[in-house]
Amino acid sequence: MTEGIGARVLRKEDKRFLMGKGRYTDDIVEPNQAYAAFVRSPYAHAEVKSIDASAAEGMDGVVAVLNGEQLTGDGIGNIICGWAVTQKDGSGMNMGAWSALATNKVRYVGDAVAVVIADSIEQARNAAEAVEVDYKILPAVAQSVDALASGAPEIHENAPGNVVFDWEIGELAPTDAALEGAAHITEMEITNNRLAPNPMEPRSAIATFNAAEDHYTLYTTSQNPHVARLVLSAFYQVAPEHKLRVIAPDVGGGFGSKIYIYPEEITCLWASMKTNRSVKWTSDRTEAFLTDAHGRDHVSTAKIGFDKDHKIVGLKVNTKANLGAYMSLFSSAVPTYLYATLLSGQYNISNIYCDVQAVYTNTVPVDAYRGAGRPEACYLLERIMETAARELGVSPAELRRKNFVTSFPHETPVIMTYDSGDFATNQEQAMTAADFDGFEARRAEAASRGKLRGIGFSNYIEACGIAPSAAVGSLGAGVGLWESAEVRVNPVGTIEVLTGSHSHGQGHETTFTQVVAERFGLPTENIQIVHGDTDKVQFGMGTYGSRSGAVGMSAIFKALDKVEAKAKKIAAHVLEASEDDIVIEGGEVKVAGTDKTMGWHEVGLAAYTGHNLPEGMEPGLKETSFYDPTNFTFPAGCYICEVEVDPDTGVTDIIQFVASDDFGTIINPMIVEGQVHGGIAQGIGQAMLENVVYDDDAQQLSASYMDYAMPRADDLPNYSVHHASTECPGNPLGMKGCGEAGAIGSPPAVINAITDAIGNNDLSMPATPSKVWAALQAASAKQAAE
Amino acid sequence: MYETKYHKASSVADAVSLIGKSDDGKLLSGGQTLVPTMKARLAAPSDLVDVSGIADMHGVSISGSTVTIGAATTHADVAGNADLQAKCGGVACLAAGIGDPAVRHKGTIGGSIANNDPAADYPAAMLALGATIKTNAREIAADDFFVGMFETALEDDEVIVSVSFDAPAKAAYAKFPNPASRYAMVGVFAAQTADGARVAVTGAGSDGVYRQSDMEAALDGDWSPDVLSGVQVGSEGLLSDIHGDATYRANLVKVMARRAVAGCA
Repeated sequence: MTEGIGARVLRKEDKRFLMGKGRYTDDIVEPNQAYAAFVRSPYAHAEVKSIDASAAEGMDGVVAVLNGEQLTGDGIGNIICGWAVTQKDGSGMNMGAWSALATNKVRYVGDAVAVVIADSIEQARNAAEAVEVDYKILPAVAQSVDALASGAPEIHENAPGNVVFDWEIGELAPTDAALEGAAHITEMEITNNRLAPNPMEPRSAIATFNAAEDHYTLYTTSQNPHVARLVLSAFYQVAPEHKLRVIAPDVGGGFGSKIYIYPEEITCLWASMKTNRSVKWTSDRTEAFLTDAHGRDHVSTAKIGFDKDHKIVGLKVNTKANLGAYMSLFSSAVPTYLYATLLSGQYNISNIYCDVQAVYTNTVPVDAYRGAGRPEACYLLERIMETAARELGVSPAELRRKNFVTSFPHETPVIMTYDSGDFATNQEQAMTAADFDGFEARRAEAASRGKLRGIGFSNYIEACGIAPSAAVGSLGAGVGLWESAEVRVNPVGTIEVLTGSHSHGQGHETTFTQVVAERFGLPTENIQIVHGDTDKVQFGMGTYGSRSGAVGMSAIFKALDKVEAKAKKIAAHVLEASEDDIVIEGGEVKVAGTDKTMGWHEVGLAAYTGHNLPEGMEPGLKETSFYDPTNFTFPAGCYICEVEVDPDTGVTDIIQFVASDDFGTIINPMIVEGQVHGGIAQGIGQAMLENVVYDDDAQQLSASYMDYAMPRADDLPNYSVHHASTECPGNPLGMKGCGEAGAIGSPPAVINAITDAIGNNDLSMPATPSKVWAALQAASAKQAAE
Repeated sequence: MYETKYHKASSVADAVSLIGKSDDGKLLSGGQTLVPTMKARLAAPSDLVDVSGIADMHGVSISGSTVTIGAATTHADVAGNADLQAKCGGVACLAAGIGDPAVRHKGTIGGSIANNDPAADYPAAMLALGATIKTNAREIAADDFFVGMFETALEDDEVIVSVSFDAPAKAAYAKFPNPASRYAMVGVFAAQTADGARVAVTGAGSDGVYRQSDMEAALDGDWSPDVLSGVQVGSEGLLSDIHGDATYRANLVKVMARRAVAGCA
């Protein structure tokens, strides 16, 4: 079986991409389409006193200029956060109103107040500039810590002190007591820098209202078209669910930013109804910086205690999470259930307490971005572990090993139950691949050339496939987190798989096909994966949180079980054998131990002709599954980064980056390696390059590639990627998920390596040359003073 | 992009006439700065007068010790010119490090120095080489040409035709690229010319490209990287931004100057 599970099958989807024949939302042209241009606030915080569109309305090609009063007047609902977090005191979170077009107040630079619909994009943009908005500028605040200070500007009336919620997990008193009795305490302030997602394809939408049928069609850049349809209909009342078709065609990267339903999609649908035209909007790169949900932005203090044998006795963390100006769709879950629940890391820790203040600021809304909460947890824990090892004067590898969880299932004090893993093996594999024992010799050799070498670890664990639905529901999720699949065997034996997962770079058309090919021994060319269209696919929760393998493929697996069972019944009937003796392999359906056989396609034909089926059996061969997992999955691993710093300039070269991951079962090693490479690239981007910077007026100073440093090929090393897997007991394929691990695990490894090289632990991300150089100056000044 | 009228000039005189007749026209050469600026709707010239097709404005010629580069010569053509590589490798090398291949095959030396971006590479070379900038109307010494950030001595409607300089005994350029834009965060061009050592710094100065006279004096005494270690470089007058403050830039001026001198051929 060369194309089944474990094979390096080349990506089926690449043919159309490499031929330039991908079909993205902006490629779609509807007859009579018009273009939307948004009038956006240039101020971070202001009252909207009046909007004068008279000049714009008279300009060439302008179809309509629409504003928030009209939008809310038509009954379009506010944008909501779909995960209700309960505060420490038992009260609900303080969610401020968010209208797709702001009415009386704007709360961040880029907040839309009106939209121009015109015949061409240039006409729309020209007219948008001619819309006169009278703003009364208000004081603004960009940083969470400043927004919490007394006297800070109030952003939402119903969120006093700008607190969205004040939440906690774990037990405070036992944690304090454990830390009280610790032999050694390590304390740190740790900032997780704000990132802009930057998918290659910017967001785009084209909405068409069909007045004759009262029906809406929306093509959009979505990671989860069914969720978009549900939210657009149930919460925003843009169109009823059965009268709205959402299609997410080829999507060029998401990284989380395309999970959410943004003002622009809502406005395009509504504007299409208002104008009776198809309405298209495609973000430009500046708009993307100004409006795509950002990621991270945590400011934390952490305290970890060890006993005299260097066993961890307790961990206490406080985090201020910047949620931006409004609560995006899953924003509340990211700094709570996707973050603090991972603070136990790979370690046996009896006492953990974490409280989180989520804060409104006059910035772009913050939501899940590749890793979503787990990178923040991993960065905090792995930096403080490395720091503790240095303070205790022990090997960072040994300190970690001493504290590893070694038996499963393992219940942490922060509500996770780890189901499997072998952390020591991952660490050993990484250390061997990195030639850790030879490091001191390499450091000395680098020193002879005037360079500073450092090495850093990161032992990450994360949680994928958020589940089961009942559990996440009890934690406040507004949706279930299962996945669906439908397997259709055609009369000629070819197979279509309709999946609720959505591929926007992950290669589902390849890996999902492999699972089907493996089951029936069919060539992959006989299998087609269908996704991304609410009129075709039954329902689905979409792709994020590395869930498409563990949850999406499990649903396919379960549907395949049903297809296989029915196919065997048909074959047993036709071949006059017992069902138990039927085996399916190599595209043949056989009676074991005999020469009786029929082709897979003959089973399909038998099912659809219905000429000779078992008594009472319905014709057809098509099965559906809705799969709800029993637990999260827990990918884990060990990353080692080795760097060389030029003390003259602060420039850091990554000499090697080694990964040993435990992803459970691997369907296609090539695709998994690609995910790890991309994830590490994003992690290195966060650690060394990327940063969203706001000035004191909450204006973004980094809203273009002139100032926002994306990682480029020459910033990155060749990765050394390895696997040491334990099977996940929670799903039929034993998979854990690999989409985010690289981005989660890599930043602390990089920073631990740089701080090791320069001998100064006071370094924040991104560790740019100027920061590294300044930290070196500070270290030598301190040394001189001593 | 706002609406604009495009003209293709056939000669320098034609360009001067077309730009003179325009309302609020701009000369277009490689367009590697102007076009993105227009696409971002940050510039709205009424007319674009394209000088890239004017034959007289293309090419590198060397006569005796004098190097002349047509204003519409692309960075790639400068970088790839074998005679220039032999005569003044520092300039060819600088051109090879501007932007990316697409930029280098469209962008031109005239466009670069006319724009005088404080982080552009060419102004450092022109200033350090004591180049002469020849326009349709006159010749301007580099020392007088670069007035300040995005400011030059060019009059409205004046067209740069070429630049020329005497090949130096030694010259090299060392650039520290901005991590995001890859423009020069600090770039230092050092040249040993007939008039002595000349060191020009781009990227760092809050008023654009400038000469580092302390370094020039030190190098006049002893042309070596080590002599620069003794030169104090203050942070006064240097840029601070989200990528690095003036103190860091001052350090880079010194480090890049040392590397330029060490790399001199």
